[in-house]
Amino acid sequence: MSPVIHGNSCGDSCCLRVQGLSVKIGNQTILDNINLHVHCGQMVALIGPNGAGKSTFLKAILGQLDYNGVIAFSAPGQRSHKPRIGYVPQSPAFEPGDPVSVADLFICCQSRRPAFLGIPKNMRQSILECLDRVHATDLIDKRVGTLSGGELQRVLLALALEPLPNILILDEPLSGVDVEGQTGLMDMLDEIRQTYDLSILMTTHDFTMLHRYADKVVLFDHKLVCQGTPEEVLSSDDFRRVFRMRGGEVK
Amino acid sequence: MSVWYWFCENLPFEMLHWRFMQNAMLAILLMAPLFGLMSTMIVTGKMSFFSDALGHSAFTGIAIGCICGVAAPTWVAVIFSVVFALLFSFVRSRSNQAADTLIGVFSSAAVALGIFIATLGGDSFTKYNKYLIGDILSVSAGEIGLLALVLLGVVIFWLLAGNRLTLTAIHPQLASSRGIPVRLSQSIFTTAIAVVVTLTIPSVGLLILNSLLVLPGAAARNVAKNLRQYHAISVVFALIACITGLCISYYLGSSAGAAISLVLALIFAISFCLRKRRA
Repeated sequence: MSPVIHGNSCGDSCCLRVQGLSVKIGNQTILDNINLHVHCGQMVALIGPNGAGKSTFLKAILGQLDYNGVIAFSAPGQRSHKPRIGYVPQSPAFEPGDPVSVADLFICCQSRRPAFLGIPKNMRQSILECLDRVHATDLIDKRVGTLSGGELQRVLLALALEPLPNILILDEPLSGVDVEGQTGLMDMLDEIRQTYDLSILMTTHDFTMLHRYADKVVLFDHKLVCQGTPEEVLSSDDFRRVFRMRGGEVK
Repeated sequence: MSVWYWFCENLPFEMLHWRFMQNAMLAILLMAPLFGLMSTMIVTGKMSFFSDALGHSAFTGIAIGCICGVAAPTWVAVIFSVVFALLFSFVRSRSNQAADTLIGVFSSAAVALGIFIATLGGDSFTKYNKYLIGDILSVSAGEIGLLALVLLGVVIFWLLAGNRLTLTAIHPQLASSRGIPVRLSQSIFTTAIAVVVTLTIPSVGLLILNSLLVLPGAAARNVAKNLRQYHAISVVFALIACITGLCISYYLGSSAGAAISLVLALIFAISFCLRKRRA
């Protein structure tokens, strides 16, 4: 695996630079020679059929698997060598019967103090502040298994935003969320991006939201097929070819 | 121990004036929080069937220990159970079969091996009956000390790793994305279950041990809204059931383990009826 290097080649506005990225699992090439720049404050949507390598790409950026090529970060004003990445994994719902409240989930993720001993006032206050970023303070005592798809994504988003990351990565955040919830979630992401000036990289199968929210759309099919504004990509011949050939679902 | 004996003798309960009942009560008071705590994580991690299989493997370990002429077959059983648990975790991580299918494979193989060894050369099986039913009344001071150590170990483990275990149990993908070594956490926890199951088999009995590892947590889930309530209620239910069960077995002359399990089943039924009232 190549080391993560820091710096940028397109001025201060470049937050993530991927150069010649390839991922092989066994003899199978999952990703081949991907080149991609994500600028600070951009919302970038990765699209492609199932099995096109979108989640693998995210895992490579997160450093969860071996790859060849270069993944470089730069975070303006941050001297630390390690960029902060907030990650919202593709999420099956929790068991409805799990007696775990949203506050418990925060403590389990963020603290070493055992959640079963209860939650002290100061911790509860900081959890409320985290939830306030996604306008979900009313969910703090709800059991995680009873959250709707949209509420769960908000809670997972609040978790990913503490500490505030330079890049926020979301894997299929819109799956399992109803249409109303999807608009609410995308509005929220847009607001977060502007408030905290962070870049957002997300995979999605839902193309209806892209025109309104995404700055850039990247079409994957094991390699980077095309990239550009939502209008450019969604009306391209490549887009039609890839989804017709692979039988992908076009919403 | 002498303080405990003195305390019991000064209580106005006739049953606690007998030395074997004093030992049994102390053992029960140590076992209840142990089962209550373990139960929360076993139920959350969907490992009820697995802990049952571990009980079977422990029996096989005891049979191996007996046939080898080891003075304390329980320790052979502990080692066998831990190996069994780790082997199961290893196969599970490398197989695409469902977990319950693999548990069935391991459990039946372990039981078959146990019975095969126990009856080898025409031996009678009856000497193993005490491990099937269990006898809390014959618990010794040494075994009580061991239980206290195990309880202490589990409490420390819970304090250090409770959050990670919970996150791994409720959402392995989220745990993994936050850098928690999911497989290692699962392996350590299964080892802990193996030790607890094996050390309590002689007292509680293989056949009903699993009810103690499942029912307190299952009943607590019916009424708890968060992790603190879940753990507290599970331990309290286990304590109520263990003390009540021991009293019932003393006055009616039945097996203590069975009486405790029945009380727990009753508690589960009551909590099940109350479950709709929660938020």
